[in-house]
Amino acid sequence: MLSIKNLHATVDGKTILRGIDLEVGAGEVHAIMGPNGSGKSTLANVLAGRPGYEVTEGSVRYQGEDLLVLAPEERARKGIFLAFQYPVEIPGVSNIYLLKAALNAARVARGESELDAMDFLALVKQRLALVEMKEEFLYRAVNEGFSGGEKKRNELLQMAIIEPTLAIMDETDSGLDIDALKVVANGVNGLRDPKRSFVMVTHYQRLLDYIVPDHVHVLVAGRIAKSGDKSLALELEKEGYGRITEAANG
Amino acid sequence: MNGTQRLYLDAYESTAGRQPAWLDALRSDAVERFRKAGFPTLRDEDWKYTNTSPIEKAGFAPAGAPGAGVRSRDLDEQAFRGLDALRATLVDGFFVSELAALDELPEGVRVCSLATALVEHAELLRAHLGPLPEGSHGYRALNAAFASDGVFVQVDDGVQLERPLHLMIAASGPGSGQTHQPRNLVLLGAGARATLIEHFVSLADEAYLLNLHTDVHMAEGSRLEHYRLQQHNLKAFHIDGLDVRLAADAVYTGHAVDLGGRLVRHELKASLDAPGAEAHLNGLYLTSGRQHVDHFTHVDHNAPGAVSREFYKGILDGRSRAVFHGRIVVHPDAQKTDSAQENKNLLLSRDAEVDTKPQLEIYADDVKCSHGATVGQIDMDSLFYLRSRGIDEKMARDLLTWAFANDVLARIGLRPIRDALERILGAALLHGHASTEVEPGQ
Repeated sequence: MLSIKNLHATVDGKTILRGIDLEVGAGEVHAIMGPNGSGKSTLANVLAGRPGYEVTEGSVRYQGEDLLVLAPEERARKGIFLAFQYPVEIPGVSNIYLLKAALNAARVARGESELDAMDFLALVKQRLALVEMKEEFLYRAVNEGFSGGEKKRNELLQMAIIEPTLAIMDETDSGLDIDALKVVANGVNGLRDPKRSFVMVTHYQRLLDYIVPDHVHVLVAGRIAKSGDKSLALELEKEGYGRITEAANG
Repeated sequence: MNGTQRLYLDAYESTAGRQPAWLDALRSDAVERFRKAGFPTLRDEDWKYTNTSPIEKAGFAPAGAPGAGVRSRDLDEQAFRGLDALRATLVDGFFVSELAALDELPEGVRVCSLATALVEHAELLRAHLGPLPEGSHGYRALNAAFASDGVFVQVDDGVQLERPLHLMIAASGPGSGQTHQPRNLVLLGAGARATLIEHFVSLADEAYLLNLHTDVHMAEGSRLEHYRLQQHNLKAFHIDGLDVRLAADAVYTGHAVDLGGRLVRHELKASLDAPGAEAHLNGLYLTSGRQHVDHFTHVDHNAPGAVSREFYKGILDGRSRAVFHGRIVVHPDAQKTDSAQENKNLLLSRDAEVDTKPQLEIYADDVKCSHGATVGQIDMDSLFYLRSRGIDEKMARDLLTWAFANDVLARIGLRPIRDALERILGAALLHGHASTEVEPGQ
């Protein structure tokens, strides 16, 4: 599904990614862990096509296609979804409008027809239940005045409605208390599917207690220093990033 | 003295001596003022960012009568869908009775031409059309020198005018002279309530100058909801002064929306003369091409415990330019003043320019005053967020631009006006999507 080879990227002229290799198969859940500043969020943003994140070397292929030549909206329509670390507040635009526009953009790109108002509302209501959100959130401006947890749930709601093929989650657990974390994890688990892959960027192992990954990668200084299964996360929890960081630097 | 000044002075001579003596005296003082002051220049501090020399160069002759041939149905096209309103119409600055719909005025409300009021309510007008304030600029002086017609509105104590008054201020096209100089007077008695919609429209694609002055006097506890929708053609020049005087507990709410015009200058002076008075001033200007819109606002807190709010937003494209000057003066005994001013601008093009200047003069110590001004581009994080959800870049930009403007529209209480503006903005920015699809809270 996703094949990253020797990916180098800079932000504001500063090199952050220094040769990432990563293969994500259909239906797999990959956790990207690592200390602050290791390039985890940069990787997530590069995949989503954020302006200002410049790829200087390497390639990214998604479903056999060169991902890096596509605009962010084209990537989204082809099934890539970035759950933001800091979801943006957009006063003046209602949540339900954004949900509908996003879903219909994806449907049209897939060759499906736009959903009519009735079917759309039925779908939204069902997905609201999945992320335990109240209906009133639909009619508020996008993320405006939402608490940290509500914003993250709203990301999940968008994901549940758009039904992406590749979901990239950037520190979705940051700033969540344990109850909110469980809601978000349940939501993600409910969306797991043999055809849908997840790349979860996280600093802490905590999230992985609730969303069990197939693969864990540790990013250090812009490279994957170590890969393993879920037990690697537990190891990191016990020993911290120190040893891997030293090994990578040494 | 330049040719255009000469043009106005000659035109004045031909109209002098036709009004009641007291008014002729005021007019004669005003023309003297004009003779001395001339037209404002960029050297005048208050006109630093607005160059009116294109108006002088154009040399528009003063209109002597309303242009003929304007029909009711020309104006019906400009009416607001779903608005049940009274109508008064000025054509080229003159009140045209045939284009008014004022048959059902309730008891205690008078709406007529200023010319009629000068005859029928001479004493009242004499009391309210005072001499020019010290230091008035040339355009204000010119308006006073030519003052002979306009609209007069009076609502008696305790009377509520339920239906809004839709005042069309229309330019008919060439033929009758192209400087239109109406003088409007609005008097609200104690506890009176009214809604006034001033609507500036062009019925032809010709250049002209509208040089308007309006006085609003609000007695104790009165309320005025005042809409000013400016839809001149893109060749038109507009200079207006609006003086609002508020007695105790009077509440003025103004919404100024500028969509048209080549060069537009609004001067608004709100005098909060007694405790409990409130002035809420909202504005939205959308400019493109070489349009220029200048808001010069001056709020005087003359008494303790009054409230003022200013909320102006602008969206500028092309090589257009906007000016916002927000002067707030809190006089020494105006303790417990509560004042806030905000001016936000969104630049859609590199060549657009905004000059925003808050000016607070505070001579009392126990007051709450805030002000803020921003000039910026579309927020890149918001843009990426929308694009990452599959919305293409142009639509995402337009959505964010719409959202920026919608903040002001949301303050408009009169639904048909808000709907009309949403249609205009929606057509321009939302590619056929209904604004109701987009806004929160629907």
